[in-house]
Amino acid sequence: MRQLFKDYEVRQYVVQVVFSITFAFSCTMFELIIFEILGALSSSSRYFHWKLNLYVILLVLIFVVPFYIGYFVVSNIRLLQRQRLLFACMVWFTFMYFFWKLGDPFPILSPKHGILSIEQLISRVGVIGVTLMALLSGFGAVNCPYTYMSYFLRNVTDSDILALERRLLQTMDMIVSKKKRIAMTRRQMYQRGEDQNKQTGFWGMIKSVTSTQTGSENLSLIQQEIDALEELSRQLFLETVDLQATKERIEYSKTFQGKYFNFLGYFFSIYCVWKIFMVKFWSQHISFILVGIIIVTSIRGLLITLTKFFYAISSSKSSNVIVLVLAQIMGMYFVSSVLLMRMSMPLEYRSIVTEVLGELQFNFYHRWFDVIFLVSALSSILFLYLAHKQAPEKHMAL
Amino acid sequence: MASLDRVKVLVLGDSGVGKSSLVHLLCQNQVLGNPSWTVGCSVDVRVQDYKEGTPDEKTYYIELWDVGGSVGSASSIKSTRAVFYNSVNGIILVHDLTNKKSSQNLYRWSLEALNKDSSPTGVIVSNGDYDREQFAENPVPLLLIGTKFDQIPETKRSEVLTRTAFLSEDFNAEEINLDCTNPRYLAAGTSNAVKLSRFFDKVRIPHQFLSLSLQMTGFTDRKRFNFKSLHYD
Repeated sequence: MRQLFKDYEVRQYVVQVVFSITFAFSCTMFELIIFEILGALSSSSRYFHWKLNLYVILLVLIFVVPFYIGYFVVSNIRLLQRQRLLFACMVWFTFMYFFWKLGDPFPILSPKHGILSIEQLISRVGVIGVTLMALLSGFGAVNCPYTYMSYFLRNVTDSDILALERRLLQTMDMIVSKKKRIAMTRRQMYQRGEDQNKQTGFWGMIKSVTSTQTGSENLSLIQQEIDALEELSRQLFLETVDLQATKERIEYSKTFQGKYFNFLGYFFSIYCVWKIFMVKFWSQHISFILVGIIIVTSIRGLLITLTKFFYAISSSKSSNVIVLVLAQIMGMYFVSSVLLMRMSMPLEYRSIVTEVLGELQFNFYHRWFDVIFLVSALSSILFLYLAHKQAPEKHMAL
Repeated sequence: MASLDRVKVLVLGDSGVGKSSLVHLLCQNQVLGNPSWTVGCSVDVRVQDYKEGTPDEKTYYIELWDVGGSVGSASSIKSTRAVFYNSVNGIILVHDLTNKKSSQNLYRWSLEALNKDSSPTGVIVSNGDYDREQFAENPVPLLLIGTKFDQIPETKRSEVLTRTAFLSEDFNAEEINLDCTNPRYLAAGTSNAVKLSRFFDKVRIPHQFLSLSLQMTGFTDRKRFNFKSLHYD
């Protein structure tokens, strides 16, 4: 938390508490799975802890966090400040409505369950979380080799960066000189306007009309040029940042740490490609270990990506909302990863998970995950390919 | 306006403190209607009269360079931003009075800008830590502006003002607390307006001092040459 928000304040104490609770209970779930496998603690106490953990997490994910998100979003909008609680409740009810409707198109329940049973809630949370996980891992599977493999890194020299920087500064200078012209013209117009007011008579009026008109036309022309130049300066700035980042990546790849990650990148890329194309073919125990590794790295990757994302969009206004959204995503992610891990666990350990979570249609989740994973991986391949193709063209056009 | 008379002032501060609104207020004397996130750097020009009404009257253009971003940005963004820090004549440090972190980050902002300053009399910073002595001898004039003054409740005002007083002591700079959506704070005749014009005078002084001293020597050609050689790039 401190790391995420070391540049901003998260003032509300309740937000921090909610986040911590979500994180704590999510991690407890994973611990319980590990205990399950290791056979630590007696099985009845394990069962009890599972149930307790699950209830608390569901309570937090479905009731507490969305309500607070609604509350903070509403309090950010100035118009609705008066009746915050009322609007927050309305937002929450809308959320619950959509949440419920989510269950209908999916064949996830057998008809013998009641309305407020735990299976209903878990199934819906599971659907959302599984979708999220599949999207992220599809993107990660493609992005990981792209980022770490030096084959893809374009060659950037110092002179390229210097040339771009010089262009940027030249553009800024042009903007400055044009703004000075506008300021000078405006001042002259103002002074002339004052003099004009003293001029009386027919000719004075005509002269004032014509001169101000050409003056203002001139101004709007210059203003348009300024707008175009400002847009150009923004583009140049972003391109320079991009080149600097690439140069740093190149330098990093030459270090020892970089080479180590490069090797890992090759290894994982091969594994990810294999996973994309051979979804059905699993050997139970190997897959469990590998899935464990993937989960650990994907959690780490998730937190890092979210941190970067939050640096990009965080501000003092929305920090509370962002923390809560992060808590929500994290909770759903963890719940669904438990569901999915069942797929890769050896048969003897599946029993307790099945027992605790009730009779959900697990196969549905597996298939759903595979479908979304495939879709996400393919679309991110397409996206990265387009981005990669576009960049060297821009670079060569300089 | 000759290019020799360029006066460049940086406007630094965290994201969302109100630098763009402030620059707009200072340059256009109007409130900015739709502030949006600044990408890269946006420049605006303020027209300042010096010695108005006297025969020595001169009009100066002060360029206000509003650099966007945060201190925690990636190093690629920081090294790109450094391009804007060359040859500055003054720095305006902006912080949000409702957000303590933004005031604390000002130390890092000033170090970032002063480290990259290519002035030959530049500040020598050894290990990146803040050192009060540097700011005492700093040749670049600083001005501290606190925004969103209207959003502080009456009860907390004195506490906030003491905090900013400490801050301005640390930076050896004047401070102004205002609300960027209300031009009344900078109306002519207020103490804020006086502090502002004093700051801009300090920023221009190197130019005037040089031209004054060179005029006294009476060598016009040498004056041009000396003036040019002191304007590094």
